[in-house]
Amino acid sequence: MTVFGIKLPNMSSLLLWGLLWEFIGQIELTFFLPPLSAIFATLLEIGGTKAFITALKETAHAFSIGTLSAIVIGVPVGILMGKSRLIDQLLLPWVNLFLSAPLTALVPVLMVLFGFGIKAIIITTALFAIWIIVLNSRAGVMQINRSLVEMAHSFGASPFDAFTKIYFWAALPEILGGVRIGFIRAVKGVIIGQLLISIVGFGSLFELYASNFLMKHFWAVLIVLFALAFVIAEFLAYLERRVDYYASRR
Amino acid sequence: MTNPSENAVTVRNVYKNYGEVEALRDLSLDFPRGQLTSLLGPSGCGKTTLLKIIAGLIPATSGEVLVNGEVVKAPGPDRAFVFQDFALMPWASVIRNVAFGLELRGVPKSEREAIAEKYIAEVGLTGFEHSFPHELSGGMRQRVGLARALSVDAQVLLMDEPFSAVDEQTRRKFQEDLLGLVQNENKTFIFVTHSIEEAVYVSDQIAILLPRPSRVMEIIRPQGFRDKDVDHIRRDPEYLDIVDRIWASLRSYVE
Repeated sequence: MTVFGIKLPNMSSLLLWGLLWEFIGQIELTFFLPPLSAIFATLLEIGGTKAFITALKETAHAFSIGTLSAIVIGVPVGILMGKSRLIDQLLLPWVNLFLSAPLTALVPVLMVLFGFGIKAIIITTALFAIWIIVLNSRAGVMQINRSLVEMAHSFGASPFDAFTKIYFWAALPEILGGVRIGFIRAVKGVIIGQLLISIVGFGSLFELYASNFLMKHFWAVLIVLFALAFVIAEFLAYLERRVDYYASRR
Repeated sequence: MTNPSENAVTVRNVYKNYGEVEALRDLSLDFPRGQLTSLLGPSGCGKTTLLKIIAGLIPATSGEVLVNGEVVKAPGPDRAFVFQDFALMPWASVIRNVAFGLELRGVPKSEREAIAEKYIAEVGLTGFEHSFPHELSGGMRQRVGLARALSVDAQVLLMDEPFSAVDEQTRRKFQEDLLGLVQNENKTFIFVTHSIEEAVYVSDQIAILLPRPSRVMEIIRPQGFRDKDVDHIRRDPEYLDIVDRIWASLRSYVE
């Protein structure tokens, strides 16, 4: 962004919105929006408390296992769908259904199936992330250059070699794109799980602060969550740029 | 060429149907060992189909292909393929691309890279070992494809219009280099092309294929100019005669 011929650093617009927020907070327009400075002060205050650290740990635990299983299951399934018409026709309707379905409505079913514990939260997280990972891996494989597959075949590649040395790498740019969007969806999944299934982690903090009208605390936790989601998304976008050099030349 | 042991590859009564469409009908052809045979014909005459059947990439509907007397059922280490669109892995460096055939055979890394380096030098790409395909020109990419096919040391090299995606000057250089390769490598080359001049220039034997239904119309073996210097071939009367003759017989098949 350039203003009056001066090049501003990325995301300097955030500064503007932050100032506006601070202003609205200072004139006490609504209890819902305390001044930004007060929120950051609260953040520093609760950041070191045991409750906050526990919540962070619980959330990170459910999030990482949930997203990891979404990747470990989603990527191979997507690649298989892209390779085999039969598997594709069997699974594609389900993947599309779950991708667009309001998964939150399924959470009560998951509670019946998997109980009220951490397991149900992890499964909710994975369920939010996995469908776009499957679809993107599938799309990545479907646009693969046929002669690369023939090349591997003609030099004697086993199906496993072709899978790990050709299909996976050829689809990697799309896979990373899917993982990035999947992670963003998983943030939603883990919080919804923690609010609906059992009140733990950040979900419990939101519940506690919101029901007691502790808006400063509420916003502080929300900002931490935004920041974490942003860092993860940016890191994956960075990985995507690493494979950019061949994404357009396959 | 009546002695079958003189032939590295023999195609016998091969049929290939794609549903209703007859791609190849009763095609038989011998490929003499150590020589370059071109498959020449207008587009749609099934020359790439025939090459891929020899490679074992697609099955024939009936008939058989023998490589060194053995029936072809799948790709094997006795054949290596050079692709029209190069088929390089864009995420891998030149040296890994060249060594890929050896990597699939389980050759240890240091050993296969030593072999790859040798062939990278042979095709004139020394210094580009750690470049990536997108950093190279089309001609250089095809040199990588050629080095990959050479490094597995197959007896039969299958080349599917290898020079059609490179510019004219590079193409001429490639054709000269190919003549040297045929002389020095003692391999059997099967070369698909739609260029009459190219076929006559590089071939010991030219098989002219005709479309609908595909069949071998004629086999031409240039005699006089093969041992001459590469600079004189294009001015040789026999070269010019054969080019004219082929064009005369193909003319009616071109819309």
